[in-house]
Amino acid sequence: MTLEHPTLALRGITKRFGALTANDHIDLEVRAGEIHCLLGENGAGKSTLMNVLYGLYQADEGEIVLDGEVQRFAGPGDAMRAGIGMVHQHFMLIPVFTVAENVLLGHERALGGLGGAREKVREISQRFGFHIDPDARIEDLPVGVQQRVEIIKALSQDAKVLVFDEPTAVLTPQETDELMAIMQQLRDEGTAIVFITHKLREVRAIADRITVIRLGKVVGEASPDSSSTELASMMVGRPVELTVQKQPPVLTDNRLQVSNLTVLDAIGQKVVNDVSFTVQGGEVLCIAGVQGNGQTELTEAILGLQHRATGSIDLNGNELLGDSVREVLDAGVGFVPEDRKVDGLVGEYSIAENLMLDRYRGEPFVRGGTIDRAARDDFAREKLSAFDIRAQSIETPVGTLSGGNQQKVVLARELGRPLALFVASQPTRGLDVGSIEFVHSQIIATRDAGIPVIVVSTELDEVVGLADRIAVMYRGGIVGIVPADTSRDTLGLMMAGERPAGLRTADPVKGAAA
Amino acid sequence: MTAQQTTSAHGTTVETVELERAVVKHWKAPISYAVLTLVALVLLVVLGRDGSATLRLASGGDFFAIPDAVLPARATGVVVVVLLAALTALSFWAVATVRRLGAWLPIVFGVLFVVGFLTWAGAGSMIPIAGLLFATVGLSVPLIFGAMGGVLSERAGVVNIAIEAQLLGGAFTGAVVASATGSTIVGVVAAMLASVLVSMVLAVFAIRYFVEQVIVGVVLNVLVAGLTNFLYSSLLTDNPALNSPARLPKLPIPVLESIPLLGPALFKQSIIVYAMYIIVPLIAWGLFKTTWGLRLRAIGEHPLAADTVGIKVNRLRFWNVALAGAVAGLGGAYFTLDSNGSFTREMTAGLGYIALAAVIFGQWHPVKATAAALLFGFASALQQTLGAIGSPVPSEFMLMLPYVITLLAVAGFIGQSRAPAASGKPYVKQ
Amino acid sequence: MNDQPRDADDPIEPAAPQHASGPPDSGQAPTIVHAPEVTEVQVAAPAAPTDDRQVEVEDPWGSAFRRIMGGNLVMAVLAIITSLIVGGILIAATDERVQETSGYFFARPGDMLAAVWDAVGGAYWALFQGSVLNVSRADAGFAQLIKPLTDTLNFATPLIAAGLGVAIAFRVGLFNIGGRGQMLWAAAAAGWVGFSFTLPPVLHVLVAIAVGIVAGAIWGGIAGAFKAYTGAHEVIVTIMLNFVALWFITWMLRTPGLLQNPGSNNPISPAMPPSAVLPSIFGPPFILHWGFVLSVLAVVFCSWLINRSNLGFQFRAVGYNANAALNAGMDVKRITVLAMVFAGGFMGLAGAQQVTGAVTTGFTSGIDAGIGFDAITVALLGGSTPWGTFFAGLLFGAFKAGGFRMQAAEGVPIDIILVVQSMIVLFIAAPPLVRAMFGLPQPGRKSRRQVRDEAKIAAAAQQKGAQS
Repeated sequence: MTLEHPTLALRGITKRFGALTANDHIDLEVRAGEIHCLLGENGAGKSTLMNVLYGLYQADEGEIVLDGEVQRFAGPGDAMRAGIGMVHQHFMLIPVFTVAENVLLGHERALGGLGGAREKVREISQRFGFHIDPDARIEDLPVGVQQRVEIIKALSQDAKVLVFDEPTAVLTPQETDELMAIMQQLRDEGTAIVFITHKLREVRAIADRITVIRLGKVVGEASPDSSSTELASMMVGRPVELTVQKQPPVLTDNRLQVSNLTVLDAIGQKVVNDVSFTVQGGEVLCIAGVQGNGQTELTEAILGLQHRATGSIDLNGNELLGDSVREVLDAGVGFVPEDRKVDGLVGEYSIAENLMLDRYRGEPFVRGGTIDRAARDDFAREKLSAFDIRAQSIETPVGTLSGGNQQKVVLARELGRPLALFVASQPTRGLDVGSIEFVHSQIIATRDAGIPVIVVSTELDEVVGLADRIAVMYRGGIVGIVPADTSRDTLGLMMAGERPAGLRTADPVKGAAA
Repeated sequence: MTAQQTTSAHGTTVETVELERAVVKHWKAPISYAVLTLVALVLLVVLGRDGSATLRLASGGDFFAIPDAVLPARATGVVVVVLLAALTALSFWAVATVRRLGAWLPIVFGVLFVVGFLTWAGAGSMIPIAGLLFATVGLSVPLIFGAMGGVLSERAGVVNIAIEAQLLGGAFTGAVVASATGSTIVGVVAAMLASVLVSMVLAVFAIRYFVEQVIVGVVLNVLVAGLTNFLYSSLLTDNPALNSPARLPKLPIPVLESIPLLGPALFKQSIIVYAMYIIVPLIAWGLFKTTWGLRLRAIGEHPLAADTVGIKVNRLRFWNVALAGAVAGLGGAYFTLDSNGSFTREMTAGLGYIALAAVIFGQWHPVKATAAALLFGFASALQQTLGAIGSPVPSEFMLMLPYVITLLAVAGFIGQSRAPAASGKPYVKQ
Repeated sequence: MNDQPRDADDPIEPAAPQHASGPPDSGQAPTIVHAPEVTEVQVAAPAAPTDDRQVEVEDPWGSAFRRIMGGNLVMAVLAIITSLIVGGILIAATDERVQETSGYFFARPGDMLAAVWDAVGGAYWALFQGSVLNVSRADAGFAQLIKPLTDTLNFATPLIAAGLGVAIAFRVGLFNIGGRGQMLWAAAAAGWVGFSFTLPPVLHVLVAIAVGIVAGAIWGGIAGAFKAYTGAHEVIVTIMLNFVALWFITWMLRTPGLLQNPGSNNPISPAMPPSAVLPSIFGPPFILHWGFVLSVLAVVFCSWLINRSNLGFQFRAVGYNANAALNAGMDVKRITVLAMVFAGGFMGLAGAQQVTGAVTTGFTSGIDAGIGFDAITVALLGGSTPWGTFFAGLLFGAFKAGGFRMQAAEGVPIDIILVVQSMIVLFIAAPPLVRAMFGLPQPGRKSRRQVRDEAKIAAAAQQKGAQS
C-alpha cells in the first residue's frame, strides 16, 4: 500500500523556546496508508513537533512538505485546509456545544450550516460504525465518545494526514483496541497517520514505522519488531531497568481500613461506589484503572476533600471520614496529589516555603504566629540534599523547576513528617525515566519502613512493578483485589469492568506472597 | 443503570454506562420562596394596612378605558399570602419528589408578590399603572443597552465591568457632538463611537497586554468619570451651548400607541427605544443561530479549541468587544439625547453596575438579561411612584432591590448563574 | 506553576530560569552541589515546552498579580511621567489662552507654545506648591513653607489605610471593590460612637475608631462569606454591597433617631464632640492629625501579617494556588473570609479616620469621598505590598493636596487628578506598553545573537547530559 512519495515530510524542523531547543532539526516522513509512530519520553519534544505541524507554533527553522509542496502554516486553519487533521490529547471540544456545532465551528460555509454539519456527523459515524447523536451536548458524552467526535471533526475536513496525540491515555484497554481498529481502517483507506505515544506496547501493536525522538532530536528509526527493552533504551538513551527492585513485604500493625466508602459528585453520581479494602503497613496497594473511574475521588475522600462521602475510613482505629484535611494530615497521612502543579505546589513560593506548605501551624516552623525562617531554611537545605533536588537555592520558586524536581519537593515534604499512611496519586505522571526511578525507590523505601502505601496509577507497568497487591477500579467500584503477579490480560479485562472466571484474590494478611 | 450500546466497526461492543446515581435535592429554590412568603406574610398581613388601593390601568387615548381596579389592601394581602404559600408548598413537593416545574412558577410567584406589595403600599391611594410601566421602560432602556454590551463582551470572553464608563462616555460625547453639530443623529453616532473607544481601550489592555480585565474595567470607570468631569468643568460650564443638544423626538406609532396599558409605554418612544426592540432580538438570534454567534460563543468558552479550527481568537474578541461598546453607546446617547436633554456630572450614577447585575442575573443571555433589566427598571420606577404617593417603605430600600436581587442571584438562591467558561481569561498565543 | 515557556513579554520571569545565575538577593552561598553526572537538569530543560498548551487554563488572576507585583520602580516612574504628560495635554487643550492662540498657530507659533507652557507649567507648579513646598509663601516662615507637605500626609492618611484594604485582598487573590461600603459602615459606626457616647478624650476617639474598624471588617467579612460559601464572584458581591450600604446609610442618615442630626432635615449626622476627634499632631496651622500615625502602624502591622505571620503564609498560598492550599490542609473558605475581614478592617480604619479626622462637623453618605475606589489605584501602584501602598498613598495624597490648589489658583478642575491617577494604573499594569512608548527593550525578547548563544549553551548542556 506504500506509495513512492511521502504524503508528509518534515525537514529539519527546529523550534526553540528561549534558550531551550524543543525540536532540533527533526526529519520525519509519513506515507499514505501507513501508521508512523513517534515514540519518545515525556518532554522529548513530540507534542511541540506536532504543534508546529499543526500551525499552532511557528518553526524557527525547517520546512513542512505536503505532497511535494512546501507549506507555510500561519495557524491551524492553514494546516487544516492543507489536509492535516489532529486528534488532540486534550480534546479541543467546546463542552456546552453539541457534536454538530463542534464539527461546524470554523467551517461554517464549507459544511453549509448546522444541517450540513449534522449530515456530516451522521455520514462519518456510519462509515465507522459510531453511534453518535449530532445534537448531543459534548459535556454529556463519555470520554471515549468525545474522542470519536474529535476524530469526526478531523475527518470532516477530509484530512490526508491524521495526527493522534497520546490518544489512549483516557481509554480502557478495550477502547484502546477499538481506537487501533479505527486507525487501521483509516490507514487502509489511504490516510497517512502519525501516532504519538510513549507506550511501548501500543507502538509494537500497530506501527508500520517507528521514529524515536529524545531531547528534541531524532535518535533513529526502530523496527516494529523491536523488543520493549530495545525501544525503551532507545527512548531513554541508556539501558533501562523496566522492573522495580524490592524485597518481599514485611507487614506491620499499621492499618488503613476503608469500608463501604461511597462518594457522590455534585449531580449525585456515585463516583466511588461502595468501596472496601484494607492496606497493611509494609505493603503497597496499587489502585489500577483507566483515568476517571473514581480513583481521584477515592484518594480525595481519604484526604478529606470530598464532602459527599459515606462509609468509613479507619486509620489505626482513628476514623478519618468527616475530618478536615488538616485533621487528616495531622493524623499522619502523607499525600502526593495527581497533579502536582495544581494541587501539590504553590509555583510562586520558594522551595523552602513549599516544603513547609502543610506545616504552617505550631512547631517546628511557626512560633507566636510568626514563621521561624531559620528553622524553615535549615529544613529546606537538609531536604534539598537528601532528595537531590536540583535547584539554584532554597529560594528558587518551585514553578521554575523541572517536573522531576517539583515532584521531589512534594515527596520531600510529604515524607518529611512522621507518617501513618502514604497515598501517592499518579506519582510519576509526566516525569522522565530518571525521576521515575527515584520516585519508585522512595515509595518502596516508605513501604519498607512499615507504612501502609497506596499508589494510584493508570500505567499498568508501574502498577505491576510497585504493587504487592492490586485493586482494579471501574466505574467507581473495585472490580477485585488481586496479587501482583496477575496477568496483564486479566488486569486489562478487569479495567473494563469484567471479572474473569477463576480470579485469584489477594487479602492483606497473606500479602502478595499468595 | 442505563446503558447505551455502541457497536464499533469491528463488531465489538463497548458499554457506555452511566454511573449509578443517588438523588440530590436542591432546596435553595423552595427555601427562597418560603422566605419571600414569610416576608409577604409579615408585610401584607401582620403589618397589613387598611383601606383600598386603586390601580389605575387606563391612560388617555386608549382604544377603550379599562376601569380602575380597586383592591382592599388587607383582603388582597391575605389572598396573596395564601397563594404564595401554596406555590411554596408546591415547590417543596416538587423537589421532594424530584419533579421539575416549569418557568411559570417563579413568574407567577413574582407577579403575585408584586400585586400584593402594590396594594399594600398603595392602600388609600391611587397608583397609575400605565405611568408606572412608562417609567419602567424609560428607566430600563440604558440598562438594556448596557446589558447587551455586557452580554456580547462577556460571551466573547472579556469581562466588561466598564459598562458604566461606556454609558458615561457615550452620554457626554452624544451631548457635545449633538450640540456642536445640531444633529441628534450625528450625536447618537458619536456616542456610539465614544463608547467603542472605551471598549477598545478595554480590549487592547485585556487582549494585547493581558491586564486583569476587572482592573481595566474598574479603572476605566474611574478614568471616564474623571475625564468627563474634567471636561464638563473646564469646557461645558463656560459654554452651555455645547451642552444643549436637541432631543430625539418621540415618534408615536399609530394604532399601537393606543393599546391600553402597554401602548404608551412601548410605542410612544424615540428612535433609540425602537432600535432597542430590534437590537435585542437581533443579538439573541445572532448569538445562537449564526456563524458569528457560534464563533463568538466558542472564543468565550474554549478559545484554544477555537484556535485549533483556525479562528483568530484575539482579533475576533477585539472586534466583538468594540461592537459591545457600540451597543452600550446607544444607552449612553439615551441619557443626554432622549431622557435628560443635557449632560450632568456622573449622570449615569452607577446604572452601569446595575446593567452588569442584569447581565449576571440574566445568565449572559440577551433575552433574560433584558428581562432582568426590565425588572430592575420596574423597581426604580416603583420607588419613584411610591415616593410620589407617600410610600410606607423607605425609598432607599426600593433602590437597594436590584443589588439585593443580584446578590441572591450570584449566591445561587435565584436561578443558576454560569459565566462563559473563558470569560476574564486572556488567550495567550505562543 | 507551569513549566512551560513563558510569555515573551512577561517582565517577571524571563525565559529559561534554569539557566539564570543565582538570584541577586540570596545571601547564602549556594548549597547545592552540581554533581558532574547530573542528568536531571539537562533532561528537564527541553521538557519544558512540550507539555500540553494549557496556557489559557492557567489561573489568569495569578499571572495578573505576579505582573502587578513585579512592576519595578522604573516602570512606576515612567508610568507617572507618561500620565502627567497626558494630563498636561488635557490641561493645555482645555485652556482658553491655548485655544485662542492656536487659531493663529502658523502665524505666530510662539504665542501658543507660550500659552501651553503657562497653562501646563502653571498647573503643575501649583500642584507642587500645594503638595510639597509652598515656595511662594516661604517668607511667611518655615511652617507655611512645609504646610503643603503635611497636607499631603493628611490626604494620604485614609488612602494608605484603604489601599491596604485592597492590597491585602489582592494577595489572597481577591478584588476588594467594596471599599465604599466598608468605609461607609465604618464611618457610620465610628460616628455613632462619637456623637452618642461620652468618654474621656483619648479613649473616646480610640473606641470610635476600633468600632469603625470592626464595622468595616464585618461588611468585608460578609462579602468574603458570599465568596467562600456560595462561590459568588467577589467583584460582583462587593460592588452590590457598596450600593446596599450606600442606600442603607442614606436611609439611616435621614431617619431621626438613627444617624440624623436632631433638628436637621438634611441627611447629615451630628458633629463629633472634641473628645472623639483625632487631634492635630503639630497643632495649628497644621491639620495633619494622629490618624496618619495610625496608618503607618497599619502598614507595619500589614507588613508583618503578609510577610512574616503564618496567617499571611496561608493568605498568599491561597492567593497563588487555592487548590494547593486546600491540599495542604488550609481552610480556604475560612482564609477567604478572614482576608476580607482584614481588608474590610483596613477600609474601616480609613472610614473611621474620615469621621474622626477629616470631616468632624457631621457626615453625609458621601463621607467615603471616592477613597474606596482611589484605594484600588493606590494598591495597584504600590504593587500590593504594604510599603508600596504606603508610598503610592503618599503620591496620590500629594495629587489631592496639590489638586485643590491647582483648582483654586489655576482654575484647572481637580478631576484631572482622577484622570492622571487612573492612567498611571493602566500604564503600570501594562509594562510592555510603557516600554514600547519609551523605546526600551522588552525583557524576554532577546536579540538574535543572544538567542543563538543561549541555544549553543543549551545544546552543549544537553550533549553533556546525553553522554553521562
